[in-house]
This record gives sequence, C-alpha cells and structure tokens, in this order.
Amino acid sequence: MFLDLSDDQVALQQGIRALLSGRFGSERIRAGFDREMFDELADAGVFSLIADGFSWADAVIVFEQLGEFCVPGPLVGSFLAGGERITGVYAESTRTIEHIADLEALILLDEEKVLAVDLANLVAESLDWPLDPLTPVARVADFGETTLLAGIDPVEWRQRGAVLTAAYCLGLSSRLCEMSVAYAKERLQFDRPIGSFQAIKHLLADMAMRTEVARAAVYNAGAHLDASDVAGLTRSISVAKALACEAAIRCGKDATQVHGGMGYTWEVDVHLYLKRAWVLDTHFGSHEHHFDHVAETA
Amino acid sequence: MELRYSDSDEAFRARLSEWLKSELPQFANAPHRDDWEHRRRFDTDWQKRVFDAGYAGLNWPKQYGGADASPTEQLIFFEETTKAKAPYVGVNFVGTLHAGPTLVEEGTAEQKAEHLPRILSGEEVWCQGFSEPNAGSDLAGLATRAERDGDHYVLNGQKTWCSFGHVADVGEFLVRTDQNAPKHRGISWLILPMDLPGIEIRPIKTVLGSSEFCEVFLTDVRVPISNRVGEENDGWRVTNVTLKYERGTAFVGELIDSLRLCADLANTVKDPVDRRELGRSLADFDALWSLTKRNVSQSVTGQVGPGSMMVKLAYSEARQRFGELCLRVLGRDALSLADNELIEERLRTQALTIAAGASQIQRNIISERVLGLPREPR
Ligand SMILES: Cc1cc2nc3c(=O)[nH]c(=O)nc-3n(C[C@H](O)[C@H](O)[C@H](O)COP(=O)(O)OP(=O)(O)OC[C@H]3O[C@@H](n4cnc5c(N)ncnc54)[C@H](O)[C@@H]3O)c2cc1C
Repeated sequence: MFLDLSDDQVALQQGIRALLSGRFGSERIRAGFDREMFDELADAGVFSLIADGFSWADAVIVFEQLGEFCVPGPLVGSFLAGGERITGVYAESTRTIEHIADLEALILLDEEKVLAVDLANLVAESLDWPLDPLTPVARVADFGETTLLAGIDPVEWRQRGAVLTAAYCLGLSSRLCEMSVAYAKERLQFDRPIGSFQAIKHLLADMAMRTEVARAAVYNAGAHLDASDVAGLTRSISVAKALACEAAIRCGKDATQVHGGMGYTWEVDVHLYLKRAWVLDTHFGSHEHHFDHVAETA
Repeated sequence: MELRYSDSDEAFRARLSEWLKSELPQFANAPHRDDWEHRRRFDTDWQKRVFDAGYAGLNWPKQYGGADASPTEQLIFFEETTKAKAPYVGVNFVGTLHAGPTLVEEGTAEQKAEHLPRILSGEEVWCQGFSEPNAGSDLAGLATRAERDGDHYVLNGQKTWCSFGHVADVGEFLVRTDQNAPKHRGISWLILPMDLPGIEIRPIKTVLGSSEFCEVFLTDVRVPISNRVGEENDGWRVTNVTLKYERGTAFVGELIDSLRLCADLANTVKDPVDRRELGRSLADFDALWSLTKRNVSQSVTGQVGPGSMMVKLAYSEARQRFGELCLRVLGRDALSLADNELIEERLRTQALTIAAGASQIQRNIISERVLGLPREPR
C-alpha cells in the first residue's frame, strides 16, 4: 500500500508542469482552445499516456496539472477516445455540446451503448454568452442518425471520464488556493496584509483542507482504475468526483471573496476557474449525483 | 501509487483477524461508561492481551516492548481491531497514543525502560495535565509553577480537563520552570506519578452525565528532577511532539468506526435529502481514510506533506455533520440515550472540535504553518 507519488510520478508531474507553465499562461488560455493547442498537448503525449504504457494514476497526475492551468478544451473526451481526434463525449441525454466548432468526433454514452454522431450533418445552434467564456456551447435539437461503436464499454468510459474530470477539478482547487494565499499576503488593508485577519485565514485554511481531502480521494480513485481486482472501484470514483467538484466550486467562491472587488472582475483569473468548475460538475455526474451513488453502496 | 498491501502485510492482517476472532468473545460486555473502576480494568485487561499476543506498540522499538514493525502494520492493526469491534483504547489513550510516542522520541534510556513496556502491557495508565483554567488554547500561558529544591521540583498550581485523571497512575504534565522567560521558553514536560502527596483529583461531570475528565490540584508536590523529559525550559518543543501524535494518528480507530456507524444507519435513512447527506458523510470518511493512508505512505518515505495537519480538523467537522444526520433521521427516537450508540456519539463528538486544540486553533495553525500567512499574537 502506497498512496503517494512515486519518484517517476513526481518527475512526470514536474515535466508536465514545466511544459504548461512555459506555454499555457493566462494569456494563452484566455485565447481559447484551438487545433494548435490540441496538437501541442498531443505532441507532449498528454492524450496517449495509456498507449505509451503509463497508468491511470499517471493520467490523474497529468489532468490535475491541466486543471491547475485551467487549460480549456474537450480534453477528457479526446483522451477517452484515444487522442487522435478532438472528441466530445457526453451522456446521451444532453442537448448542449461544448466546443462544437472544433470537434472532429462526437460520441454519446447511454446506459449500454456508445454511439458516434454524424458531425458533418449535425445541425447545432451556437449559444451566445457561454457561462464559461472559454467553453463555447451549442444546442442540438436532434443528433440524427448515430452509429454504434462496438467494443467500447460505456460504463468504463464513464468511470474513467469521472476520475479524469475529478483530477482536473482538483487542479482547479489547488491553484485557486495558491492564488488566494498569494493575494492575501500582498493586499494591504488597515495597514496590514488581509491574510493576517482571522476571517480570511480561516477561509484559506478551509480551502486548503478541502483540497487536500479531495486530493487523497482523487489519487485513491486513480489507483483503483489501475487495480481492478481491489474492491470498491465505483464508490472510490464517486467519492473522488463528488468531493473534487464540490471543493473546486467552493474554493472558487471563497477565492472570489478573498479577492474582494478584484474577484468580481474579468481581469483576475478566479472567475475562469470557478466557471470551469461549474461546467465540469455537469460532466460524468454532478457532485449530488455521486453523493447519492455513494449512499447506495452503504 | 499502489492500493494492494504487500504479501507480508496481508499475512499480518490474516493472523491478526484470526486472533481477534478467538479473543473478542471474552470482551463482549463493556462496563457502563461511568463505572470507572471496571472501565480501567476492562481496558487494561484488553491492552494486556494485545501485548501478550505481540500486537502492542507495533511501530515502537522492540527493546521497549514494541515490534519495530512498519507504520503500515500499525495502520492495519487499527483498521482490523475497529472493524472487529474490539475494545477501544479507552484509558490507554494517552499512554499508547501520545505520551508513549513522546517518550520514544524524547525520553532518556531510563525513562523509556521504566515506562514504555508498562504502557504497552496495560500496567500503567496515563493522563494528560496540560490545560489549566486560564491556559486552554493559549496553552503556553500556563501558570503551574515548578521550583527546584535539591534534586526535586516542587509543584504548585491547578490543571483541568484532565481525561482519565481519576484512574491514571502517571501523567504528562507541563509546568513553568522559569517565571521570567518569554512564555514559550519557560516550560518543562514532566512525568508525574499521580499518587504523590499533594495531588488532589476532582472529577468533572460532562455533557454525557458521566465524568470523563477531572480537575487536578497540586500543592507542594515533590517530583524528582530526573522525571523531566527534554531539557529544562525546552518543554514547548517536547509539547509539540506530543501534539503531533495527539492530533495525527490518534484518530484512525475513530475514523474507521465512523464508516461502520454510517453503514449501521444506512437502512434507516429513506428520505432522499437524508440519503444524499449520508452519501456525503461516507464520502468524507472514505476520503479521510485515503488521506490517512497517504499520510502513512509519506511517513514511510519521510516526505511529510500538509495532510497530517488537516486530518484532525476535517475529521471533527465530518463527524459532527454525520451526528446531525443521526439526530434528524432518528427523530423522536433520538430523545433517549439508552441503547442508542448514535446519539451518545452525537453528544461525545461535540468535544471533537474543542479537545486537542479547538478547530479555530487548527485553522490558525494550517494557515500559518502550511500556507505561510501572518501569525496570530502569541
Ligand atoms: C473531552 C475533552 C477532553 C480533554 N482532555 C484533556 C486532557 O486530557 N488534558 C488536557 O490537558 N486538556 C484536555 N482537554 C482540554 C482541551 O485541550 C481544551 O479544552 C482546548 O485546548 C480549548 O481550551 P479551552 O477549553 O480553555 O477553551 P478556550 O481556549 O477558552 O477557547 C474558547 C473558544 O475560543 C476560541 N479561541 C481561543 N483562542 C483563539 C484564537 N487565538 N483564535 C481564534 N479563536 C480562539 C476557541 O477556538 C474556542 O472556540 C480536553 C477537552 C475536552 C473537551
């Protein structure tokens, strides 16, 4: 039993972090997702980790870093589909599709089947003013004729998708804590850093605590994906998705509070992180859905 | 990352659970919570069995009665004994979970040889005399004086909230050995035999209606200077060693037990809002169990992260939240404590956010030591 990063995993984490901090700063992120961004991530091996012999726990570490930098795009969907094409993966019941202009494949999961949508003939109405400015959305009235993709287990895809999304949300929380702590040390009011006021310190301590608890849950779920013989897989996934999404949303709100008026501006990155957390809470089951599932396992 | 335990860990687990099956039937009837004479006997009898079977102080040195085993085996021990509903450490809490580990790190060879084997075998029950009426969260403001007289200290003062004080043989006591130094630099950590002349113990009735802790009055109590652990006036550093254990690994058993309580309640919970809340409690406890494993993994490699400072705060809050659910779900059945473990627990866990450092103090510590924010006045 070992629930911490191995030396190789620390190296992987540092490698991806160095890549992202060099090329995926706030300005680049704010320009939105595009093919070039996808290619750069693909060239770095982000989407082909499993084919390249890495584990799911390794993938979790990479997606945590993608979240730290709030990298936009259909990253989890593309990863699940093997990383050759920009792919959106959604529950069959949805009618709202993200990044439709960039998609090269669109896959729907229902209870038993995996269906490919005919993108070329899809009619979609793009929606103004998306909640997350870096996640454009479009509405689809009817997916039309779909093709059954044989040999893919929708349950497995949903599980993996939930864990990678949870990992991404963990990264969002982690960076929100970091940004807020830095701001609290530097912003002065009443002639002292606002981080010296207990109301702010305690908010930050709770953010850090929630993030550490979520981190343990997410790493645990990643390790479960690699150890199918160990009991408790589905519950570990729900625990991770629920706690990581909820932590990201709460950290986003608390980070806004710590930043005061600046937290309400377009200029500060906090809102981008919070909005992404809200978007990702709708992917592969919301935190409420997953809490309900955990209760079913009791 | 690896979820599977090693073959030798699994073999240890199997041996332990066989042993528990054979021993536990004799420990089925725990004494009443306020029958302290029997509680002491029950808890120390159990400790003696654990010791005789070689399971006491697993990660303590062999030389002093331990087993030099890995922290992972210690973790498995907490997990399996709790799952099997073995007796809780009870009156052995202070000795086995924080005074003993402090001696392992800081005691002299004589102190270790005298106390550690007796703690593990259940012969010696410890209590903790840190808090005073005017020194709670501001522990370093403590006023109990120790003055040198030859090779003895003479103690005068008052301690309070001393759990197990009325059944303990020995206490870990903090005293002021320098009146003039800044408050953190004039403290010493002493081993205090509780039967010395001049010690008066008065039990305090708690919200449970029973006496879980005591006031301790010290009047001209003479303690050998050789009972001091660490240097004179270096007791604050030693105190932090004690607190590290008290706020760290001491909660593992409770955490596992919380998962059992959730499972016990599950069948009674029907309302969808309550079901979701149950799911949240389970998720919280599962995640804290993962965090505990992560902390243990880090203690093995020596890369200790911030997680160990978060467990106490996160667990206290999660456990109280679960307690609220119990009250709500049981409705009017919650109005009597008789045969109602969940409601007794609800009351007991009120203390979690106060004892061993209140939650506000934990948040101060996390924000200062982990996040590097400006410090509170001290
Ligand atoms: C069940 C139980 C068992 C105990 N067992 C023992 C024992 O065996 N031995 C022992 O020595 N002690 C024991 N204690 C004492 C315990 O450690 C203290 O109660 C605790 O440290 C708080 O101190 P206090 O009670 O004086 O509260 P106070 O320090 O008076 O605190 C009251 C409130 O003020 C808040 N507060 C205080 N200072 C600050 C600050 N700087 N910033 C923000 N908020 C602040 C606290 O968080 C708390 O909410 C026990 C307590 C309980 C409840």
